[in-house]
Amino acid sequence: MLIKLTGGTVYDPASGIDGQQQDIYIRDGRIVTAPTDGRPVDQEYDLRGKVVMSGAIDMHTHIGGGKGNIARTLLPEDHRMDPVARTAVTRSGNGHAMPSTFVSGYRYAEMGYTAGFEPAVLPINARQAHMEMGDIPILDKGGYVMLGSDDFLLRMLTAKKDQKAINDYVAWTLHAAKGIGIKVVNAGGISAFKFNQRKLDLDEKNSHYDVSPRQILQTLARAVKELGLTHPLHVHGCNLGVPGNVDTTLNTIQGIDGLPLHLTHIQFHSYGTEGDFKFSSGAAQIAEAINRTPNITADVGQVLFGQTVTASGDSMRQHYNHKFASPNKWVCMDIECDAGCGVVPFKYRDQNFVNALQWAIGLEIFLLVNDPWRIFLTTDHPNGAPFMSYPHLIRLLMDKSFRNDMLATIHPEAQKMTTLASIDREYTFNEIAIMTRAGAARIIGLKDRGALSPGNWADITVYTENADRQAMFTKPDYVFKDGNLVVKDGEVVKVVWGTTHVVRPDFDMSIEKDLQKYFDRYLTMKLGNFKISDDEITEDGRGSITVHPLRGAA
Amino acid sequence: MTEITEVPSPFCGIGTDDLSIQVEGVSLKMTANGCAVNTPAFEQAITDTSPRIAGQSVSLEAAAAKAAEILRDTQQPLFGGCATDVGGMRALLSLADRSGAVVDSAAFNNARRNLLTLQDSGWMNTTLAEVKNRCDVLLIVGTDLEGFAPRFFEKYLWNEEAMFLEDTANREVIYLGKAPSGDASTSPTGRKATVLPCADADLPEVTAAVSALIKGRLLQAQSVAGIAISDLQAIADKLKAARYGVVLWGAAALAFDQAELTVQTLCGIVKDINLQGTRCSGFPLGGKEGDQTANQVCGWTTGYPARVNFARGYPEYDPYLYDSQALLKNGEADALLWVQAFNSGARPPQANIPTIVVGRSGMSFEKEPDVFIPVGTPGIDHPGHAYRLDNVVAIRLKKLRDSGLPSTAEVLSAIEQAL
Repeated sequence: MLIKLTGGTVYDPASGIDGQQQDIYIRDGRIVTAPTDGRPVDQEYDLRGKVVMSGAIDMHTHIGGGKGNIARTLLPEDHRMDPVARTAVTRSGNGHAMPSTFVSGYRYAEMGYTAGFEPAVLPINARQAHMEMGDIPILDKGGYVMLGSDDFLLRMLTAKKDQKAINDYVAWTLHAAKGIGIKVVNAGGISAFKFNQRKLDLDEKNSHYDVSPRQILQTLARAVKELGLTHPLHVHGCNLGVPGNVDTTLNTIQGIDGLPLHLTHIQFHSYGTEGDFKFSSGAAQIAEAINRTPNITADVGQVLFGQTVTASGDSMRQHYNHKFASPNKWVCMDIECDAGCGVVPFKYRDQNFVNALQWAIGLEIFLLVNDPWRIFLTTDHPNGAPFMSYPHLIRLLMDKSFRNDMLATIHPEAQKMTTLASIDREYTFNEIAIMTRAGAARIIGLKDRGALSPGNWADITVYTENADRQAMFTKPDYVFKDGNLVVKDGEVVKVVWGTTHVVRPDFDMSIEKDLQKYFDRYLTMKLGNFKISDDEITEDGRGSITVHPLRGAA
Repeated sequence: MTEITEVPSPFCGIGTDDLSIQVEGVSLKMTANGCAVNTPAFEQAITDTSPRIAGQSVSLEAAAAKAAEILRDTQQPLFGGCATDVGGMRALLSLADRSGAVVDSAAFNNARRNLLTLQDSGWMNTTLAEVKNRCDVLLIVGTDLEGFAPRFFEKYLWNEEAMFLEDTANREVIYLGKAPSGDASTSPTGRKATVLPCADADLPEVTAAVSALIKGRLLQAQSVAGIAISDLQAIADKLKAARYGVVLWGAAALAFDQAELTVQTLCGIVKDINLQGTRCSGFPLGGKEGDQTANQVCGWTTGYPARVNFARGYPEYDPYLYDSQALLKNGEADALLWVQAFNSGARPPQANIPTIVVGRSGMSFEKEPDVFIPVGTPGIDHPGHAYRLDNVVAIRLKKLRDSGLPSTAEVLSAIEQAL
């Protein structure tokens, strides 16, 4: 079937197209060049006057894995506020802070998103992450596999194993857990918490292993680079949420020897200690550091006001944060000598000084980082806010007067501590398209996604331009997933199933000899049973696996 | 004849995956690492392979059509049991969503004691590998751990090596409440567990006393439920001095009124110890036969654990209102679909309403259900996934033989197709 999208105003930064009127043709799920064989168009959509972008990609969103399910189970009262009834084409579920899987897929698609990446896949919990993501309709998905507090790696580092052996272990884990990138959360800190350390700074050593967070970051960042992964090491830094952590973050940026690093939810790592409340914005320093350090990328983790739940692998910091739990209930877990998690409900309030300043810090970072290819739109769903708030966030970035109106309503002391009012920048459509599409696809290493050039998969979102950008981005006219019309006028009209994106770097299989011994001696599962097979993802007939090339590969 | 090694078990809950099983045709024989729970569960013979309507053998298509007919005109169908794998639970929830059913898992009234605590105040918990490598003091409350999981001690406490303990035999084991039924808790060097017995019904008071002692409060009483306060103080001291204490309870064993308050007390003890500067973790022994699986899959599908009602077109959760036993007793359900793919010895609840049973081959009934569809067992007849009792780790179940029995998922999907 040949589909023609006629005359839309196209924003396709990957192809250098910035608001040009253009026809797009779709055949067999992919974008194709205008047919010259005279074959008739089977279906045509008149998009004159409408804005066309590729499907949006959320490169950091907690949509799969055990902590999300703990968060769901923890908050029945939150679901009761947002029940979602079944329709002729969709399943029922619940929304808000941590939506159920089906609803996550529908709501992302209804906002024009066609892919989401779970950034904290514990290897031992990867099976669950993939099963949950397997129940998220429409979206493509993938996961960054979490290392850095796993005892096997820490033992290797203490034993001063060479980089080659580390690389083999990292690659083996990517295969076993089916990931597309490597994540590190509070490097070594989750392990340190199990030894009763309550904080771990960049150069502080784990009390059991002779290793510091800096060493872990350097070793893993090197492994990621040497294995040829496109996605840089995805780093949740030390000291999340701690006033003064801007120094740790700057030190992390400087101390990585020029290796590619992606700093995630950087808003939570950009705090100074100035002012009466000993809490201030480090956004300008962070943005400046990013601007002058081309190997660094970041996503923001924007805080938006209201009830949410924080779900993180960082059990050390989450245990500290439990005193702010609202409602007052929370979960921390130590997990399988592999990692941990902490789930703490949060209500961000605009009249709370700290929350209000967090809001401003996130926006300052967005607006002070010059290069939209190196900064990404996230709320660290659900940590800063649920993903459904993205259209509101887009309006804050695109509309200075709206932003300043909002700024005028927050805690007055926070207003005094932010330079936000003096920043005139308004994001353009092209910049939004970069940070939510082209840049995201590029940094994850997705071949054939995030662009509208022929050969790409036809993930396409069509909006009616509206001066109220929140309204515009809330309700696309059309969303196509792999060429299928899945959303019309902001509502799901068809359910399809996306693919799971992975990478498979080469490695020396002899690493399994050491791992086998380690599993048999210390763990609770046999090595062979730990590894996730392809058929676990594909056997029910609706999943598939897409393997992406490594850097330098064809 | 083939031998399959490293077989994972969905039956014991502790995720045992070192079983060796000999397969000859459709008969299985455990050849290594069996136990009182796993061996009979794996070795059970297949008896019936054909679905029945009112006791008469029919095709799967006919049985599915009849089941759909039963479900079609109902006001409030009830889906009970929920003892199946992830795939089975996915299909069950899909069918329930379509037919507006109440979903209730077999052991929810046990799991509820934990869930109410989780949903009211949360907890700090751990998993099996952490216990295996870190735990130096294990407090077992109100539970015969060995009876629940025969190989727990051998695998996770008296393991030869642990990453962070010099000698696992030095681990301290304390029973509070129930006494152990055997000697598994005795260390390899012959050191017996400390046992402080009391009646189940006294556990709320006893655990409250431990909680007060952990907080450093002064108690006037000299003893609680026959246990000397000095003995309880010793428990508090040991947990506070431990490098990684673990407080373990089995919700199923806490069969007294408002046991969730006792679970909450235990979780509070763990939190308090951590606040006072020592690491400690809780360990709720989850259920078996798909109890955790039901809660997990229902959790990500609906936001709630496995006691929900889809009657209004969206899931609603009430841990009391949608109790299948109560619904049946009060005549509030007009059809029953009961799923039990693990245990042919289990019996569907008594109900005088049209009943569909999707169950493990070999099941017998006091009253023949309107429709019975025998299914394969996850991890024997088809591959699948099941959750371990620590609720974090999903295990990959293997297919061991070709029995021709359909999976729960296939049967429930066929019924949904026929609707």
